[in-house]
Amino acid sequence: MLLSIYRYNPETDSEPYMQDEEVSLIAEKDLMVLDVLNLIKEKDQSLSYRRSCREGVCGSDGVNMNGTNGLACITPISEVVTNGKLVVRPLPGLPVIRDLVVDMSIFYKQYQRIKPYLQNSSPTGGHERLQSPEDRAKLDGLYECILCACCSTSCPSFWWNPEKFVGPSGLLQAYRFLADSRDEAMGTRLAELDDPFSVFRCRGIMNCVSVCPKGLNPTKAIGHIRDMLLSRAT
Amino acid sequence: MTALRKLSFDAIVIGGGGAGMRASLQMAQSGFKTACLSKVFPTRSHTVSAQGGITCAIASADPHDDWRWHMYDTVKGSDYIGDQDAIEYMCSVGPQAVFELEHMGLPFSRFDNGRIYQRPFGGQSKDYGNGGQAARTCAAADRTGHALLHTLYQTNLKNETTFLNEWFAVDLVRNQSGDVVGVVAIEIETGEVAFVESKATVLATGGAGRIYASTTNAHINTGDGIGMALRAGYAMQDMEMWQFHPTGIYGAGTLVTEGCRGEGGYLINKDGERFMERYAPNAKDLAGRDVVARSMMTEILEGRGCGDSGDHVYLKLDHLGKEIVHSRLPGVTELSKTFAHVDPAVKPIPVVPTCHYMMGGIPTNVNGQAITQIDGKDQIIPGLYACGEAACVSVHGANRLGGNSLLDLVVFGRAAGIFIQEQLQQGIEYAAASADDVDHAVARMNTLNSNEKGEDTSTLKKELQSCMQNYFGVFRDGEYMKKGREELNVMRERIANIAIEDKSKAFNTARMEALELQNLFEVAEATAIAADERTESRGAHSRRDFPERDDKNWLCHSLYHPDSKKLTRRDVNFSPNTVETFQPKVRTY
Repeated sequence: MLLSIYRYNPETDSEPYMQDEEVSLIAEKDLMVLDVLNLIKEKDQSLSYRRSCREGVCGSDGVNMNGTNGLACITPISEVVTNGKLVVRPLPGLPVIRDLVVDMSIFYKQYQRIKPYLQNSSPTGGHERLQSPEDRAKLDGLYECILCACCSTSCPSFWWNPEKFVGPSGLLQAYRFLADSRDEAMGTRLAELDDPFSVFRCRGIMNCVSVCPKGLNPTKAIGHIRDMLLSRAT
Repeated sequence: MTALRKLSFDAIVIGGGGAGMRASLQMAQSGFKTACLSKVFPTRSHTVSAQGGITCAIASADPHDDWRWHMYDTVKGSDYIGDQDAIEYMCSVGPQAVFELEHMGLPFSRFDNGRIYQRPFGGQSKDYGNGGQAARTCAAADRTGHALLHTLYQTNLKNETTFLNEWFAVDLVRNQSGDVVGVVAIEIETGEVAFVESKATVLATGGAGRIYASTTNAHINTGDGIGMALRAGYAMQDMEMWQFHPTGIYGAGTLVTEGCRGEGGYLINKDGERFMERYAPNAKDLAGRDVVARSMMTEILEGRGCGDSGDHVYLKLDHLGKEIVHSRLPGVTELSKTFAHVDPAVKPIPVVPTCHYMMGGIPTNVNGQAITQIDGKDQIIPGLYACGEAACVSVHGANRLGGNSLLDLVVFGRAAGIFIQEQLQQGIEYAAASADDVDHAVARMNTLNSNEKGEDTSTLKKELQSCMQNYFGVFRDGEYMKKGREELNVMRERIANIAIEDKSKAFNTARMEALELQNLFEVAEATAIAADERTESRGAHSRRDFPERDDKNWLCHSLYHPDSKKLTRRDVNFSPNTVETFQPKVRTY
């Protein structure tokens, strides 16, 4: 297999380049893309990328593989290689710090902007707040987000307006709190999203849905927020 | 002399996992200038991988549940070398700490009455072992760690904690009196080195499972805090005690939760026999993890393992039905499909005992204050604190119960935060570090940077991991451990002489991995010496040459002293404040 990796070291390279490596794969073992990056790194320490859990729950190793965003640690080589070639690039649309490592500041800023924490000032008594299994089920498909940024960096609307459009990940999280029966801040949450950009820049392209490594559906969540904003307006 | 940038805080927490963020949250809420320094963005910390839940007597599944029963189970699970005052504190304060998490927004699963869902886990009982299996593990599906870690990060954002994300702590800085006054750390993105000064330094750096070749642990679990403390000359406690989780996915090492067995799954050998019935007739598959892991290894070694090589067993879940498996164990379903290519609702998952958790660590009291011993007497280390897996308070003793690690980290992260806050209110004054003191903490990194020729990190890491795997695994033997120690002796010099070709500054992961490997080595050596010298079998420490528990000589903590490389004994606390002492008994399930 020919592995082509995006390389850029700001201290030594005037511009990025693609490094091609011939990788021999063991037939019976279907390695993950991360395993292959690790093999390369054993030979060439200077290759930089993020990694942590290696099981698809920490969200460190979002990269672009043959044009599609995903997590390197849970993407088997067999699923992405086409015509014996795999091209690995950093997530698109964010500044590159080095090699496959991108600067995620704007992504985190949009996350922070939606106030991703429960707001509830009612007294609690000495135990937990109650929530019915039905109300709790409304959070399924929302709370599992791992902040890997695969969705937001595959979204053209986010590429164009990363400062103003919250992006699919942030909006999924926004809806996670709007949908929580325990949260008391629905009004202010909606008010803070009610402008032409924050939510309405979503054009329903649905790249977010097709790349989410956790199988979540940000477009659907955004649809719910739109409905809430629209019914609030009337 | 190096002129370093200096950042000053009232309190600094090293590590952005569950323990670290619970501690930083507590201090941020008190208004003190607090920073949480983490080598990864906090939600990438290993707490995120915890699945099954947080064990705590919140009396939801059973309204009569009692924290004292949980305490009894934990003491028994520890094989009687858990400190009873600390276990008492954890189990009694636990419910409050868990309710606080719920108030912060943690999306716990629920029972029909709206209360937090609890599932059965291993080693749990009602009525001090007399009332049968308990269901005491509070869960958010099988993604409890993820839910907990994100909730803590979110609540820290709400309270405006300062985060130093993607900063790597190199070594502790101590002033002339020996007080810990901060750390030297690298900002990974720029490679800039800084002295982060603080009146309280909390090590919440998690575990070090990467000393083994096969582990459920993340790549980042390299025992950085333990390495820093050992290099500073501080003693480590119970480092021989490593938990091997029964159900790591065969070949990949990724974890599937004990909750699988809590929900009714069980282990089978190649004959399809539910073999745990032979080893633990009462608790069966929900016996202590050490017991289950040894039983599995025995099946494998005696030729009843599964697969072509007979080197694993199966975890059977399909009898529970698709609905239960997919709704209560969605994360396990995903992992099993990805890493074992089976849908557990249809076919069993191939599993094997896999290194999972470090019971030992930096000895602390219940307030998180780090302790060392000088001339056989406990001494508090001024300025240094530890909590979570890096600490050994000790609530897990020789074997941790499932679901107790998440409870440990929120209870003692919180306790350390509360205590430091009180100390800060009373006023803490330490002499400032001199330039020499800071230089001392930069020395290791300077050596690494200036080495032009030397050893290769990844080669050495593999050697270290296979040495630990071969000689210090589930079953141990004096003869083999001697060999392992000899290999490690040779390795020490080589590890000090690592060279990196890439000297660049920006996001240099080669530099970081070399520094991490040096930490792993410190942990491995402490483990090897403690394991070789504890001449008995207790909890997770199982020796073929000393198969029995020896309460006469070893009903105690081990304390490893890095300077002399000697092991001494430290008393276990048998004096809880509000309940009677649980006396050591023969431990059966």
